[in-house]
Amino acid sequence: MSDHEYTPSSKFGKWFNDRLPLLTLANHLTDYPTPKNLNYWWTFGGILTFCLITQIVTGLVLAMHYIAHADMAFSSVEHIMRDVNYGWLLRYVHANGASMFFLAVYIHIFRSLFYGSYKSPREIIWILGIIIYLLMMAAAFMGYVLPWGQMSFWGATVITNLFSAIPLVGESITTWLWGGYSVDNPTLTRFFTLHYLIPFLILGLVVLHIWALHVPGNNNPVGIDIKKPSKDTVPFHPYIVIKDAFALLMFCIIFAMFVFYQPNILGHADNYIEADPLVTPAHIVPEWYLLPFYAILRSVPDKLMGVVAMLSAILILAALPWLDTSKVRSAVFRPLFRQFYWILVADVLILGYVGAMPAEGLYLLIARVATAYYFAHFLIILPVLGWKEKTTPLPLSITEPVLGGSPNLAAARSDEKIEKTIK
Amino acid sequence: MSDQKDEKKTNRRDFLFTATAAAGAVGVGAAVWPLVDQMNPDASVKALASTEVDVSSMQPGQSLTVLWRGKPVFIKRRTDDEIKKARAVDINDLKHPEKDEDRAKNPEWLVMLGICTHLGCVPLTDKGDYDGWFCPCHGSHYDTSGRIRKGPAPTNMEIPKYEFVNTNTIKIG
Repeated sequence: MSDHEYTPSSKFGKWFNDRLPLLTLANHLTDYPTPKNLNYWWTFGGILTFCLITQIVTGLVLAMHYIAHADMAFSSVEHIMRDVNYGWLLRYVHANGASMFFLAVYIHIFRSLFYGSYKSPREIIWILGIIIYLLMMAAAFMGYVLPWGQMSFWGATVITNLFSAIPLVGESITTWLWGGYSVDNPTLTRFFTLHYLIPFLILGLVVLHIWALHVPGNNNPVGIDIKKPSKDTVPFHPYIVIKDAFALLMFCIIFAMFVFYQPNILGHADNYIEADPLVTPAHIVPEWYLLPFYAILRSVPDKLMGVVAMLSAILILAALPWLDTSKVRSAVFRPLFRQFYWILVADVLILGYVGAMPAEGLYLLIARVATAYYFAHFLIILPVLGWKEKTTPLPLSITEPVLGGSPNLAAARSDEKIEKTIK
Repeated sequence: MSDQKDEKKTNRRDFLFTATAAAGAVGVGAAVWPLVDQMNPDASVKALASTEVDVSSMQPGQSLTVLWRGKPVFIKRRTDDEIKKARAVDINDLKHPEKDEDRAKNPEWLVMLGICTHLGCVPLTDKGDYDGWFCPCHGSHYDTSGRIRKGPAPTNMEIPKYEFVNTNTIKIG
């Protein structure tokens, strides 16, 4: 925690802080030494916190009007849209907020992938992040079921049926999840309860995520260890606070653009048709943020193996700190990794695209190649790259590249010392 | 502690620890089970176990979809051609080998759950490469006996328990 002892200035503050050191915590958060070279890709942690709070607040008020019953859910959502004061706004913010949340989390994850933020000593932060991501997917999926439209119903049917792929107990597990023999009212009510619960679990994990972050401190674009506090750091407040606030403002402009001008562009028209257990929509597609995994699921011709592949695609990320054998964190100093990184980004985007297309012909072939490459990136390319790649020299500090011309610094930069920093 | 020498041996305290932990585990298990089991189908869901369907107006080639336990059930009155096709298949060619004779006790009537065994979508009738059913979700093709022929589904569409109450009525469940 704080490197110096904090004493509140007021007498009451001191009295209170001796009994509950909240002021010490607040002081730690404001003075927290942050690398001074953090770029805008580092502002998404703050943006994600904003997204979580937005979802919780809008969700809370929507729950005051929504009715979790198979016969009434669909019309209660229409009631929110037409009758409730500002109901349309609250629902559109909540629905698009989910998409914005995932947009931000994907940028946040790919920032970590680029700058090697998942590497030692930040593995626990990374794994907590993966758990948060999994919970986000669960919350988003269950939230999508609540309006009880056609996509809600059939999406729920397809996803819960994934569990029936488990040998022997699969059928009993699916029946247990449904509370019946198909997706029906008992399924809806339990999904509503869990959809309400999960954000608070996420909130708790976010606290752990930040706590774990504050032990080693932020990674940075150069990816080297820095002393804190030192000339390489600035206090969180006001420097990072103002930068985060500006980034959040830009993010909110995009958010508002969706909410006010294209509130349904990320949804499916089929979900404005009430759920009908007798008619499956011609083309079932999950929300955009789940498409890459959906493509992986469909690319495997076997039911059980498809489910296994899809889950592995997510869980493999948890093993990433040990699969990437390179000691150098930032891709800035890894010329080969940088190229493979962008291939992976393209690969995931391609998976997302074919996930939205019918699973046949050329699309299926592309999906299979992209799925194979996705796993190869983590299981073959990353471990081998760590041994083979010749990285470029790391600077000794964040300040050094900026003052690179100064003679005494150039003298200090011998190859020997660089190797020491790597090891 | 006074008797440090007995540390290595199993003593009465170890027994107490083990016994307490075991009793605690049983207690927790007993307390958790109701919380788990409440999610299983309740009495009112189970009570809707059977449905009777009047099929007197159905012509050969027609099919009907009815809801049973919240799931669609396909009732198809097959044409001679469709029956012939279903029975002509070599059982060794099938992914999930089942004879049509076992699936349709009365060859004219095929009664089965209209649920794709892949991920639970409702297949479309009289579609697909085998003129049976085609699932639009992930492209599974079923033949005129509802057997999986092509695509990701692992098994044939399920035959529920049913019987002819009389010539015009089928009771499912």
